[in-house]
Amino acid sequence: MTSRRDFIKISAIGAGVLVVGTGAYKVVKALSSPEQVKKLVVGLKRTPTYCEVCFWKCAGWVYKTSEGKIWKIVGNENDQHCNGRFCPRGTGGVGMYYDEDRLKTPLIRVEERGKQVFREASWDEALEVIAVKMKNIASKSGPESMALFSHGSGSSYFTTLMKSYGSANIAEPSYAQCRGPRDEAFMATFGEEAYSPEITDIRDTRCLVLIGSHIGENMHNGQVQEMSDAIDKGATIITVDPRFSTAAGKSKFWLPIKPATDMALLLAWIHEIIFKDYYDKKYVEKYCSGFEQLKAHVKDFTPEWAYGITTIKPDLIMKTAKEMADASPAVIVHPGRHVTWYGDDTQRIRAVAILNALLGSWGRRGGFYRPAKFELSSYGSPSFKTPSKTWEDAFPGKYTIASSPVSNVLIDASIPENNPGLLIRGWIVNGTNLITTIPDQANTLKAIQNLELLVAVDTMPMEITGWADVVLPECTYLERYDGLRVSPHRKPAIALRMPAAEPLNNTKPGYWIARELSKKLALENYFPFEKQEELLDWQLKKAGSSLEEMQRIGVKTFERDADDLYFSENEQVEFPTDSGKIELYSSYFEGAGYDPLPKYVAHEEPAEGFYRLIYGRAPMHTFSRTSNNPNLTDLMDENTVWINPVVAKEWGIKSDQYIWLRNQDNVISDFPVKVRVTERIRWDSVYIVHGFGHAQKQMKRCFGKGVSDTQLITNVLVDPLMGGTGMRSNFVTFVIEKTGEEVAS
Amino acid sequence: MRYAMAVDTRKCVGCSDCVVACQTENDVPIGFCRDWVVEVMDGTYPQLEIEIRSERCNHCVNAPCVRCCPTGASHIVDGGIVLVEPGECIGCGACMASCPYDARYPHPSGYVDKCTFCFHRIKNGMSPACVEVCPTKCLYFGDLDDMNSDVSVVLKKRKSKTLIPEAGTDPQLYFLI
Amino acid sequence: MKEEIIVSGRMNQLIDPHLHIWHWQISLYLFLGGMAAGILAIAALYFIRGREKDYRTAVRITPFLAPVLLVLGLIALFIDLRHKLFFWQLYTNIKLQSPMSWGAWTLMVITPASFIWCALHIKDIFPDWDWKYKWIYNLDTFFNKYKKTLAWVMLIYAIILGIYTGILLSAFNARPLWNTSILGPLFLASGLSAGAAVTLLLSKDKAERKQFARIDLVLIGIELFLIIHLFMGFLASTQVQIEAANMFLGGPYTMSFWIFVVILGMLIPALLEIMELGKFHIPVLVPVTLVILGSLMLRFIIVYAGQVSRWLY
Repeated sequence: MTSRRDFIKISAIGAGVLVVGTGAYKVVKALSSPEQVKKLVVGLKRTPTYCEVCFWKCAGWVYKTSEGKIWKIVGNENDQHCNGRFCPRGTGGVGMYYDEDRLKTPLIRVEERGKQVFREASWDEALEVIAVKMKNIASKSGPESMALFSHGSGSSYFTTLMKSYGSANIAEPSYAQCRGPRDEAFMATFGEEAYSPEITDIRDTRCLVLIGSHIGENMHNGQVQEMSDAIDKGATIITVDPRFSTAAGKSKFWLPIKPATDMALLLAWIHEIIFKDYYDKKYVEKYCSGFEQLKAHVKDFTPEWAYGITTIKPDLIMKTAKEMADASPAVIVHPGRHVTWYGDDTQRIRAVAILNALLGSWGRRGGFYRPAKFELSSYGSPSFKTPSKTWEDAFPGKYTIASSPVSNVLIDASIPENNPGLLIRGWIVNGTNLITTIPDQANTLKAIQNLELLVAVDTMPMEITGWADVVLPECTYLERYDGLRVSPHRKPAIALRMPAAEPLNNTKPGYWIARELSKKLALENYFPFEKQEELLDWQLKKAGSSLEEMQRIGVKTFERDADDLYFSENEQVEFPTDSGKIELYSSYFEGAGYDPLPKYVAHEEPAEGFYRLIYGRAPMHTFSRTSNNPNLTDLMDENTVWINPVVAKEWGIKSDQYIWLRNQDNVISDFPVKVRVTERIRWDSVYIVHGFGHAQKQMKRCFGKGVSDTQLITNVLVDPLMGGTGMRSNFVTFVIEKTGEEVAS
Repeated sequence: MRYAMAVDTRKCVGCSDCVVACQTENDVPIGFCRDWVVEVMDGTYPQLEIEIRSERCNHCVNAPCVRCCPTGASHIVDGGIVLVEPGECIGCGACMASCPYDARYPHPSGYVDKCTFCFHRIKNGMSPACVEVCPTKCLYFGDLDDMNSDVSVVLKKRKSKTLIPEAGTDPQLYFLI
Repeated sequence: MKEEIIVSGRMNQLIDPHLHIWHWQISLYLFLGGMAAGILAIAALYFIRGREKDYRTAVRITPFLAPVLLVLGLIALFIDLRHKLFFWQLYTNIKLQSPMSWGAWTLMVITPASFIWCALHIKDIFPDWDWKYKWIYNLDTFFNKYKKTLAWVMLIYAIILGIYTGILLSAFNARPLWNTSILGPLFLASGLSAGAAVTLLLSKDKAERKQFARIDLVLIGIELFLIIHLFMGFLASTQVQIEAANMFLGGPYTMSFWIFVVILGMLIPALLEIMELGKFHIPVLVPVTLVILGSLMLRFIIVYAGQVSRWLY
């Protein structure tokens, strides 16, 4: 080995060789040393948090430099969500704090909506404007005509505010634009949802089946970690995707399915597993109901039948079914997360649930485990008034199995010409950028134009804040306390978020905002604690800990009450369904007037010269909320449109060229997008990463970078069961040069 | 002692956490990086193969950057780690030109910067930031002279390759295949 | 289809999509250094061989350009440094394996030597020059006494400098185009050729001009020979070097290299010099300018193309 001293190093001046003391050299060394050296001093201050960059909510530590500047965020080793390892977005969470484009002070609109002319205001004035309008709406149309759209940790405070005000219209787009169909399908089958983090026991699985789910590109931390563990242990991965996803690259079997035909494949798998006697007979007999109906239902759905629809060869369907059966019960047919694709999504995920039931994976090691959640004490605030009407009265008889308010229903109910049974007149939008979240932007904007009040609470000047009447700047998660994280996992646990720094500028925590607004509405008795830390300390003491202890350890994990992570041998399990069994045949759906067993329905196909628009995620970004984050933009600052080489050749399109996309309804993307010619995408589809193409100029780093998929999603296939917005039936073509006319439109 | 790193290309998903963790840990200015992720895809739909690699300085035994540095700013310390001493670097760029892996970049302050295997951390018994953060645990680090180190164990168990061995640099970044 | 992309990171300036760390400064410096080396080597050689009288311009006049060229080259080099305040580190270290260290030290020797050489011949340019101080006259006497030693030092270091301008690049095996030892002799020949050309221009003596036209012709011949060998060597080497050669054999640098360096910088001036040696009268400025420009273009093209040439993995 070579050390630097082995190299000839002669200090000299001029031509004569003179040895110079190392003194001068050391001075220079000290002056030029990078910051890191100073920071290496052991014993730096760290404060606990849990991440807010996505919904996985990993617990971690925020480290600060000796000058008190936020330096880095790393995972908490005792946290089940992250096992001490943050994902790129969590690691880059510092950028949320340092982003110079953040909202800095409350804003009040001064010109017409959407023109984005605001004046700065004090908190008191801004909240006063909101309170007056809210009182006005309550007295004129009743408090039930207000709605809340929310996402993230702040939602609980605004939920309390809304409920105390008298409205139950509280929607999270994560339901009807994302995982709603999955949760309803699992509820109908097992009586329980798939939870978040999902209760998939990937760590111990022997076969993981991903249908359109791109773990590794969606950076759901714990799942990515466990998939990696499973790869290490030699588990089989089967990926069904028209795109050669990263997960497909790790798979033993990649099924390059024709888009929109997944249901046929699922039914063929069910057929194969039943008729080849692959299913877990004991399990099905003991826990499931409706097997015979199912068997009769899938009789004709042979692999050969599915081949004609899915383009997946019968032997591959058979081989993969066998592979699943061989791994049973340590097999997971992943429920997915963003599953609002074609409008029959609840039924498709029902087929997934049925497959899991047949393979006996629910409640089994390597399948789905039983989650455990720490129950916090509640402090007994006054009960909420029951609103005279709710979102369900807006369009009676629709989406009757939806167990959560449907965001798109609330939006439709804000447009008078839809004649809703309940007309929504005011919105509070917290932490969700509805413009890029809800498909059919024109409809959303139309609803906004009809509102009497639109309040946006956010950390960033998103598209939605541009349309608001009052903008309330929330501080980031690194500058505030929030409610304790008690998400279910293998073991019950609590995680604390506390501020690592004072809020920058004139920003405030969500709790403070909601409480101050409640005061102006004379509802402060619903917020008995002046400061959130008082509430946290009260709750933690009830839990046998304290705020002080949690500030030191960040995460506290408890043992399960019983050793029941999986069903035990011969355990009699009572499932929370109507029949108390796993319902292969859904009597619940049948009773509600829907198909009790999933059926294949053919979906629209792209016209000549059009390609199905498939969107997905990149591991470095969380939707559009991170697109301006300086650290994460550094990793990826625009999306690209993936085009198959055959298609590219036909169009004469080359990699790195910028083009526009035009959809079936003649909507042309605002901005051009860079082409990536790649074999990784089927010839009948194109792929883009969601969350780019921001039209909000105040976000300087991401404005106009890439293309927004939401803008191009105008054909929305609403799930009749629960109102989910199917967004994968949009087709785009390429615009090589934008003409003046097109620019104007 | 001979520090080395192994990257499991079968587990790496290319999430780039290694990149951002390095950037925050080492105050790498926005717009620069000490490590990066490469994706190589080959084949014709649907017969495709992909390899994803987290790359960084190879801490070569026969390091051309150290050889060509006119001042000795680029040097090798115990454990075979190639470092740059900012106070000795004149920013001539010879090391950048000499690196077949393009692992170095000019720091905005003028000196040339690169991966240090988080020398400040390993001195204190910790792993490099990228290794510690990697959600797929695809990075293995340790001392090749220690048979029981993570990197030795995994290199014994698995097939591996290095990048451009024909460049004669004897790189110490291994890719498990 | 094979696709290789950098998913993230490596947006480092000056590295991607290909290296572009070195620009006009280095190219210019290599050219100026090479030409100065050529001038000084020729002057020293003829002085040592006792031909000072026959080739007075080459020995006593042309060298006045050398310090100017060297200082301009050093300025260019200094501009290129990114951590300028630390440039002195070059002179607190001798790194035998580093061509740049060799270069720095060579310049440290040859630049003062070229100044002294000019000082000894200052009266050839300014007949009324007066050093004013006695100690300078003493120095003048001292160096005159050891002029032959000085000439030897100058000759050796000039050749090192001339070769070094090529070795600087050829030491980088990371850039296949540069990684050939032919680059040293080629740059030396090119520098000597440019040096000879300058004397050809400055000399008023017919015999001297004839001699330097001949020298230049021989050097151009050597350069052409080396260029042919350069490409033969590449084409017989590894994939990456074949690709490096192909940049000049049909690739993006084909036109600029063969037209500006080979045809305009070598073949045409050689033809003109042959004509001059014969009966035709050619304005000497034309071949000389072409040779010098060709020499400059050679450095620019090799420096830029070399940074594009890389290993593929």
